Amino acid sequence: MAELDKRMSAADIVGRLSDGMTLGIGGWGPRRKPMALVREILRSDLKDLTIVSYGGADVGMLCAAGKVKKLVFAFVSLDAIPLEPWFRKAREAGEIEVFEMDEGMFQWGLKAAAFQLPFLPTRVGLGTDLAELGGLRTVTSPYEDGETLIAMPAIKLDAALLHVNRSDRRGNVQLLGPDVYYDPWFAKAADECFVSCEELVEKMEDAYPDDADANVIERCFVTGVTEIAGGAHPTSMPPAYGWDMAWFKDYAGAAKDPGDWSAVKDRFVGADEDAYRESVGGQSAISALKLPIF
Amino acid sequence: MTAISLAELCIFACSQAFKTDREMIATGIGPIPRVGAGLARLTHSPGLMMTDGEAYLVEQPVPIGPRGYDDRKKAGHLPFSRFFDSAVWTGRRHAMVTPTQIDKYGQTNLSALGGTHAQPKIQMLGVRGFPGNSIYHINSMFVPTHSTRVFVEGEVDMVSSAGYNPAKRIAGADYSGIDLRRMITNLCVMDFGGPDNAVRVIHLHPGVSFGDVQEATGFELIEADDISTTPMPSDEDLAIMDRLDPTGIRAKVLKDNPMVSGANA
Repeated sequence: MAELDKRMSAADIVGRLSDGMTLGIGGWGPRRKPMALVREILRSDLKDLTIVSYGGADVGMLCAAGKVKKLVFAFVSLDAIPLEPWFRKAREAGEIEVFEMDEGMFQWGLKAAAFQLPFLPTRVGLGTDLAELGGLRTVTSPYEDGETLIAMPAIKLDAALLHVNRSDRRGNVQLLGPDVYYDPWFAKAADECFVSCEELVEKMEDAYPDDADANVIERCFVTGVTEIAGGAHPTSMPPAYGWDMAWFKDYAGAAKDPGDWSAVKDRFVGADEDAYRESVGGQSAISALKLPIF
Repeated sequence: MTAISLAELCIFACSQAFKTDREMIATGIGPIPRVGAGLARLTHSPGLMMTDGEAYLVEQPVPIGPRGYDDRKKAGHLPFSRFFDSAVWTGRRHAMVTPTQIDKYGQTNLSALGGTHAQPKIQMLGVRGFPGNSIYHINSMFVPTHSTRVFVEGEVDMVSSAGYNPAKRIAGADYSGIDLRRMITNLCVMDFGGPDNAVRVIHLHPGVSFGDVQEATGFELIEADDISTTPMPSDEDLAIMDRLDPTGIRAKVLKDNPMVSGANA
């Protein structure tokens, strides 16, 4: 009997995606984003994507590159640089469709998809412009209370992309940072989930059995894994490394001057991942990035 | 006479807004609300809980400004992955935020300005967690520059958080969780204590008149019957502010860092 082996290359992963797909991207703002996989998409011909993300530079770069047809979002921010400048440009040019919602509704929609439900009820959105702008409908409680609630539709994903600390060949992942965000729900809401990791081991039970409680996504929700050390750069990857604020400042500045993505794409994406890593000082420079304080 | 800055007066007013005998998360976004929440925790409201801004609950509020990553003392865990379960949707939170626009109904906007939803003139953050915050838990606001650009005439451009607007209410829905408390600005302290939750001025900062506040506001305000001068922090409060803001970031929040007491007031 052959053991499961879900190893793939980043190019293999992007090869499994197609134009017009709905892609979920894990992490949160400038924190633990699967940036190497995003860069691989940016090197590809993929287009007309619907992106579902607690957005940061992942969203900004994909918007800047014209890859995004529609964005499902609650915010797009780099934290210390509150307004994501490339996302802002795309929005102010009217280049992308949007489905804007609350941060909590967002995870509720992923949970509805994970549970194979058409919607989940919530009070969130009532009294705001979200329902009207997003075409959200209401439901009435069938019990005595008869309460009117917003029906948050399932956010079904064709594929999800995540970056984690460790995985083994079978897709037993470990997330070692203090917050898993909504990565488990991205994985469960998706038909296929592709994971890049800082470290790939043969068998988790041999390599890191003492950290098994960091396995917050069961392997049946992991389709493919690839090892990309530094794969979250420029976003933070606790406890391994922090975000690269100098990179973010350069990236944000480039949205103003020259303001043209094609002129700076090579600088922020690189011809390939090795070239990118070298351009930001190599693995040692990434490992030396201090964890952010808040 | 102790030197007290307008920023410190505002921090004290923020701490008063957070006053509670319950246990709940206090979130102050920005230096003045955050130090205000910490001051409340360390003086009158021991039930307040706060995080390090990343994922851990701390019993000693984390100072603002540069510090070591491990300086925080972790007492508990509240990651974003549990934030809606444990703080927002269970109503155990008081957040104090700085929206870009606020209207007479207490509706706020931090999503986008002008244009259309398909093509806004100015794209800001998006609604973030404001819709859920507003329908589920206590909210207050801090406004560093009180003006008609923030306190707008009519309604905000994009209603990101729910307020007391009757036109925004649909039959059968439950709006009982909407609980807007105070708005602290560089001019005054306001609440929603007027008729039908109308905005009311309850404290004026030293040297500010009700007319000054009305002039800087795009909608009609109510002057509270017992309107008074904003209370001053004590020496103990000021000492705690020093601990929570050891590098003096609070001096850079308000234009020219005006004083309200002491030599240059």
